[in-house]
Amino acid sequence: MTSWMESQVETHSLQDFQRPAVSSKVFIQRDYSSGTICKFQTKFPSELESRLDKQQFEETIQTLNNLYAEAEKLGGSSYLEGCLACLTAYTVFLCMETHYEKVLKKIARYIRDQNEKIYAPRGLLLTDPIERGLRVVEITIFEDRNIGSAR
Amino acid sequence: MHLGESTRECEYSQISTRSSTPMETPYKKKTPKKRKWETFPGRNRFYCDGRIMMAKQTGVFYLTLVLILVTCGLFFTFDCWFLAEQLTPIIPVIGAVLFLFVIGTLLRTSFSDPGVLPRATPDEAADLERQIDVANGSTGYRPPPRTKEVVINGQTVKLKYCFTCKIFRPPRASHCSLCDNCVERFDHHCPWVGNCVGKRNYRFFYMFILSLSFLTVFIFAFVITHIILNSQRIGFLSALKDSPASVLEVVVCFFSVWSIVGLSGFHTYLISSNQTTNEDIKGSWSSKRSKDNYNPYSYGNIFTNCCAALCGPLPPSLIDRRGFIQSDAPQLAPPTNGLPMYGSTQSQQSHKVATTPLLQQQQSSEPVILSPENGASLPGRASLALGGPCTSLPLGQPTPPASTPSLSCHEATDLLPIHGHPHNHSHPLQEQLAHHHFLTPEEVPSPPGMLHCGSPLGHSHTMQGSFYNPASQDSLHEDSVRGLVKLSSV
Repeated sequence: MTSWMESQVETHSLQDFQRPAVSSKVFIQRDYSSGTICKFQTKFPSELESRLDKQQFEETIQTLNNLYAEAEKLGGSSYLEGCLACLTAYTVFLCMETHYEKVLKKIARYIRDQNEKIYAPRGLLLTDPIERGLRVVEITIFEDRNIGSAR
Repeated sequence: MHLGESTRECEYSQISTRSSTPMETPYKKKTPKKRKWETFPGRNRFYCDGRIMMAKQTGVFYLTLVLILVTCGLFFTFDCWFLAEQLTPIIPVIGAVLFLFVIGTLLRTSFSDPGVLPRATPDEAADLERQIDVANGSTGYRPPPRTKEVVINGQTVKLKYCFTCKIFRPPRASHCSLCDNCVERFDHHCPWVGNCVGKRNYRFFYMFILSLSFLTVFIFAFVITHIILNSQRIGFLSALKDSPASVLEVVVCFFSVWSIVGLSGFHTYLISSNQTTNEDIKGSWSSKRSKDNYNPYSYGNIFTNCCAALCGPLPPSLIDRRGFIQSDAPQLAPPTNGLPMYGSTQSQQSHKVATTPLLQQQQSSEPVILSPENGASLPGRASLALGGPCTSLPLGQPTPPASTPSLSCHEATDLLPIHGHPHNHSHPLQEQLAHHHFLTPEEVPSPPGMLHCGSPLGHSHTMQGSFYNPASQDSLHEDSVRGLVKLSSV
């Protein structure tokens, strides 16, 4: 009975939850040494040592940092956008998206890309920092299991 | 019983035997999905399905609105005709433009997200806790002060840990005790606009007070002009009797001018030196503190500081008010320890432990899981955590003494400036205690997420509901319930 019960559970869990179990999560915290701009620490966490190259990790984080810097950059174009917005009483943002939002979309695409190419094959998953309020880069480490549905 | 559909039938019949419990509802229903603002943990009010966000106390905001509308209304109705005839019709036009600008910026300030930082997910909070414990070695007799130091542009800045939001606050962020949120680049909580003033709405606030100063001065000047011109024709007292509204306008404007113009001047100074009201009042970057104390955030010249504050890129809202709560989040496992829920030996124990209370509850036919009504019921959560098995759980931190809160967000909030509004400390000690109980989800034996803390005290026999973010409670409890229902249904 017990084994049958377990097999019942097993069947369902494979059907409904075709995801490998989460082993742990690593959180890359923000680096505030340059002020309040969005920047993440590039220190390689020890939990990922067995799964990922230090260089690849640093490259990913550095690219993310550069993208966020681009989003928050103060320059001619951002000032123009700000002034235009002010003059139109910010109604211009009903038709077009802000520069920051454009870059956030770029970041989302980059993370998806990285996940597909580098992280998923190693049983890892990068979570877009915007989903965590730009506090952390969350890397989920999946268990390395030899079940059919596991990646 | 056979495989496949029967097990599904089992599931459904299992649920239906529990008479009229709310548990049925979240499990069976697929729509309507809840939006994230409905389970927002802060003390904010949302309108228009999450598009508008304000503080809890909005009485003074309505007063502001009424004052502006009434004064301008009286001006346009009684004074403008005279002025348009006698002087020029441009006056009402300028008045109208100023008025619309004032109302627009006021509404924009009041209704937008000031830059609220979303609270840490349980996984994050547990991870931070672990790091702090590791960094401090033993737990010791006193809870260690939770600060991190970082060097920004040559200045050492202390980052404080917020016990409510379970994060280390970024520099310049502060926790607003009225709204119960950490806000980025926190300036102050303004009751007149009914919202916090922070990174995302500071420019609107500044535009509001600047345009309001112009409007006040404008109305004041032209009402006086009206009275003077009129009194030249029919005498002073007759002029006053002719337009009594003007008297009211003069009085309102006279008293407003001093405060509003003063405030505009003050904020102009703050913007040009790239400081927040909070920092200025605390004297964080004042040279009186030490000789080499300077503001590390300033860009060096006034023009850049102004441009950055007023015309810089507008960061997006981090709290995603209108997003739907995901019921299939990949966070399957209990936080941090990563004990997988299904199919491994480790989880058997947790299953057994978890099923027992479920079966118990079945017998008692009390609702096991309540859908989170609103995540803001901190006191409810607090009292639940203090009762029952929670007190027997080993705590990572020793029993928090009364001194702890002094290291937490109180320090920031103590000095929170509020415009002409007595600051009230609405952070009872119990909440601090409760947060400490919450801080050790990894020590909890059974899978969390089964049972909520959002439920009222009556369900004290439920296990710890150590989930902090009610949004993820939904997803996890659904998963765990599904698994446990299957086990118990056979």
